[in-house]
This record gives sequence, structure tokens and C-alpha cells, in this order.
Amino acid sequence: MRLINQQLSPPVATALKFAPFVLLILVYLLGSAARLAENPNDKLLPALSSIAAAVDLMAFTPDRRTGDYLLWSDTWSSLKRLSAGLGISTVLALMIGIGVGTLPFLRALLVPFVNFISMVPPLALLPILFISLGLGETSKIALIVIGVAPIMIRDLAQTVLALPREQIVKAETLSASSWLIAVRIVLPQVMPRLLSSLRLQLGPAFLFLIAAEAISADSGLGYRIFLVRRYLSMDVIFPYVAWITFLAASADFAIDRLRRRLFPWSELEGGR
Amino acid sequence: MTALMLKNVWKEYGDQIVLENLSFDVAPRSFVALVGPSGCGKSTLLRLLLGQEEVTRGTILLDGVALPQEPGPDRGVVYQKYSVFPHLTVLGNVMLGPELQSERIWGRLFGAARRDLREASHQMIAEVGLAGSEDKYPAQLSGGMQQRLALAQALMMKPRVLLLDEPFGALDPGIRTDIHHLMKRLWNELPMTVVMVTHDLREAFTLGTRVVALGRTRTLPEEAERYGASVTKDIEIWPPRKAGGHTIFQSEFAMGWDDLTLHAATAGRPETKTET
Ligand SMILES: Nc1ncnc2c1ncn2[C@@H]1O[C@H](COP(=O)(O)OP(=O)(O)O)[C@@H](O)[C@H]1O
Ligand SMILES: [Mg+2]
Repeated sequence: MRLINQQLSPPVATALKFAPFVLLILVYLLGSAARLAENPNDKLLPALSSIAAAVDLMAFTPDRRTGDYLLWSDTWSSLKRLSAGLGISTVLALMIGIGVGTLPFLRALLVPFVNFISMVPPLALLPILFISLGLGETSKIALIVIGVAPIMIRDLAQTVLALPREQIVKAETLSASSWLIAVRIVLPQVMPRLLSSLRLQLGPAFLFLIAAEAISADSGLGYRIFLVRRYLSMDVIFPYVAWITFLAASADFAIDRLRRRLFPWSELEGGR
Repeated sequence: MTALMLKNVWKEYGDQIVLENLSFDVAPRSFVALVGPSGCGKSTLLRLLLGQEEVTRGTILLDGVALPQEPGPDRGVVYQKYSVFPHLTVLGNVMLGPELQSERIWGRLFGAARRDLREASHQMIAEVGLAGSEDKYPAQLSGGMQQRLALAQALMMKPRVLLLDEPFGALDPGIRTDIHHLMKRLWNELPMTVVMVTHDLREAFTLGTRVVALGRTRTLPEEAERYGASVTKDIEIWPPRKAGGHTIFQSEFAMGWDDLTLHAATAGRPETKTET
């Protein structure tokens, strides 16, 4: 039988799903044990016990100086920046994407410009943002928006343009105005794609967030990682990285659930 | 009095002449079947009638007035696919037109107006044989049911002209026969003129009151671009079929049904009477 036709029984499929994760942890534990056997003071691959101690210190013990629980206050600061950046990008993508996709005037005016802007490397703009907008929250949120919005706008405009012309004409024969076509035909049909696009941009958004926090911040997940890097505190960095990954994965999962819940028809269409 | 009048209509795309000097009149309430080889410009002609594209030269009159330059509610359309909206249920699709027409800000009706429209929509849905499927999405319907839905959606606007572009071309033969019966009935009941593009001659002669064939008169390959298609055959069906009336071959419908025309969209359908 060809490999492409292989049928996996449910237990095998489940086992395969978990195997890479188990393997990763196993490799870590073995590596950590080997290095610690050689040098008990090794900081590169700390033992699980030291990681647990670090997690306890960061998440469940108030900071001596500020009295905050650092992991949670860092998470709160970062998520505020992230959601502001992604929220603004989403609204921009909706307005400009649908505008550009439906109206020839806006298309002529904005498409070349947005395509051009989306080629600017956002990290190269970071110094400019810090200089012009200051070191506060604005510049960090602006970096996320500049990094994420142009791609989302392009993606959404593309989705609008890919709607069959027949649908738009049909809506015209049902007496829809340009505005009504935008709100009743185009908007609901591109919403699922907007959410998917948002999911894809979670990774880049975290990248820009951490880059901005690494350079200038007084709290945040990226800030903490780059702070403790000076002391080679891998026991803090590893859990932080795992936590960021977990946050991103949960957001990814939640947005997909939201899409299915809000737009059940999009699942049907995909299934055809 | 004519519903549609084409006078010396030309359509060119760049150097390619697609339609060449087309002239014909369509009487009100007739059912014109437009046939012709693939690529001869049938869909192009339909887009012109719809107002989706402009003629290169010539004029098209609708009820004696120049055709508006945009599609509008006086001309309904059903395509072979993409005619219904995938994000709306059957009921949502049927209600859409009147909703858009009467509420110009968000395109949604509420309260009593919505209840009335819902009532009328349910009747239209039953009319095309989709009762019971109101809450399904188009992706959950078969091809034939989707086309019935597309018809119901278009007919809610009470168009003066209904334009069909190979609407039943993708359906299985049995299903096609059923939908032909529906199409005939709707055309009989509603005060509209129908222009249907089809590549199926049998369909053309089953449904039409008139069959118009488009084709190129010059067939040399080097002439293909420079000469467009025009009317090559124009056949009135005999014995004549009349909307609302009936011929000796067509006893499905009682006399005088055209008086009840708008009935279907606004109130219940009159009981079907089979004449003996
Ligand atoms: N938008 C367009 N631009 C250029 N050529 C077109 C366009 N639409 C149709 N044509 C050409 O017009 C001819 C007729 O097409 P069409 O009306 O779709 O044929 P039919 O529906 O009879 O099969 C074809 O040769 C096609 O290539
Ligand atoms: Mg065609």
C-alpha cells in the first residue's frame, strides 16, 4: 500500500501527536543531566528543579523591590501592547482592505502605497519610532502596527478582490448600494479570512513586541528575558519562552474557535 | 411595445469584435432562449443586457428607455454558479433583496417589517420547492436546490427582465427536468420577460417562446478576431406559447394566471387547477 494511503488508528495518531513533544523534553533532560554531571554549576541547561524554583520565584513570590508578581505583571504589560497593536491593525485592515477591494478610486490611490510600505523593514524603523514617539508605549504599539497592518491590509484586499464578480453584480440587481455591498456582502464574507490573517500575524506581532521591549521598557516578557540574559539565567528564560509560546498558541486556538463559532458557513465552504 | 430593443449593437474587447451589429426586439412576457457555440458571445450579450458592461456602439432600450449603465433591481440574474451568497442561509438569501431595498443604512429590517418580509420569503421559498431548508447554508444544498434558491432570491425583486446564464447547465438530467417545470411555472405566473442563455437546444425549445441563435458567419481562423457574432437563426416556437395563457400542448396552467402574477410573492399561491 502506498504511504499516502496509510490509515492511522486513533491511538497511533494520538501517540504520534505527542511524540515530538516528549522527545524534546527527553533530549533536554538527558542533555541537562549530562552537563550537570560534568559541572554542577552549569547554567546552560538547568535541571527541572532549578527551573521550578525560578518559576516559583517569578510567578508566585512578590518581588522584593516592587511587591509585584513579576511573571504576571510582565504578561499584563506585554499583552496590553500586543492587543493594542493587533487591534489597531485589524481595524485598519478592515477599513482599508475593504475600501481598496471594493472602490476603484481607493484601489488606485492606496494599493501601490500600501505595497510599498509593507516592504519597509519594521525593525529598521525602531530607532526612528523611539526618537519621534518617545520610549513609552506608543512607539512599541506603533512598531507592531507598522509590522503587521500592511500585510493584513494586502491580504484582506486580495480576499475582497477574489470574491466572484457575479456576487457583486447579483447584489446590484438586489438594489444594493456600494455601501450596502460593503457591509452586507463583502464584510461578512471576509471576516473569517480576517481572523485567519490575524492568527498568522500573531508570530510577527510577538517578534516586534519583544524586539521593542528588549531595547526599552520597564516591564514585559521581552524586557525580562533580555534583563536576566545578563546573568545567564536560563532557568528564567526557558519558562518565559515556554509561557510566550503558550500564550501565542492559545490565542491562535481561541481565534480559530471564534471564527468557527461566529461564521459556521466558512467551515462548510472550506469543506467543499 | 417591446420589453427589450437592441439596435445595431456592437461589442469589442480591444481588437476583438465579439458581437457584430446585433439588432432584435423582445416582446414583453416572452421567453427568449439564446443559443450558440461556446465562446460566441452569449454571456457577453447577457452582461450588456444586465448593464454590467457597456456596448461599444449601438443602443439597448428597456421598455423604450435607454438601459441604465449599471445593474439594478429591474433586471434579475441567475448564473450557473456564484448566484447565491454563501454566508447567508436560504431564508437570509431570499430576504436580502427586499431588505437592501427598504433599509438603506445597514440593509436590515426589524420588527413588523421583518416579520412581513419573512412571511413573504417563506412563501417564495415554498414556491420554488425549498420549504424546510430555510436555515441551511448554500453549501449544504445540492446544485439543483442552489439554483432554485437563486431563482427565489432574484424573483423577490419582481424584476421586469430575468436574465439567466446557463442556469441549469451543471445539473443532472432528472433534476433539470424538475427545475424546467418550475421555471415554466414561474414565467407563467410572474409578469416578467426572460432571456436565457443555454447550450442545450432541447432546453431552449422546451422553455422558450422564441429561440435566437448567435453565431459567426465567417469562420476562417484569420477572420475570427475581426468579425463578431450576429443572429444566425431566430425561431418563433409554434404553436405559440403565451405566458399566463396556454396552448393545446400546455394544459398545466389555468387561464388567466397572469392576472394573479404578483400573488406569489405577496400572498399565497392560487391552487393549481388541472384542466381537462
Ligand atoms: N472581459 C473580456 N475581455 C476580453 N475578452 C472577453 C471578455 N469577456 C469575453 N471575452 C471574449 O468574448 C468572447 C465571447 O465570450 P462569452 O460571451 O463568454 O462566450 P459564450 O458565453 O457564448 O461562451 C470570447 O472569445 C471571450 O474570449
Ligand atoms: Mg457563457
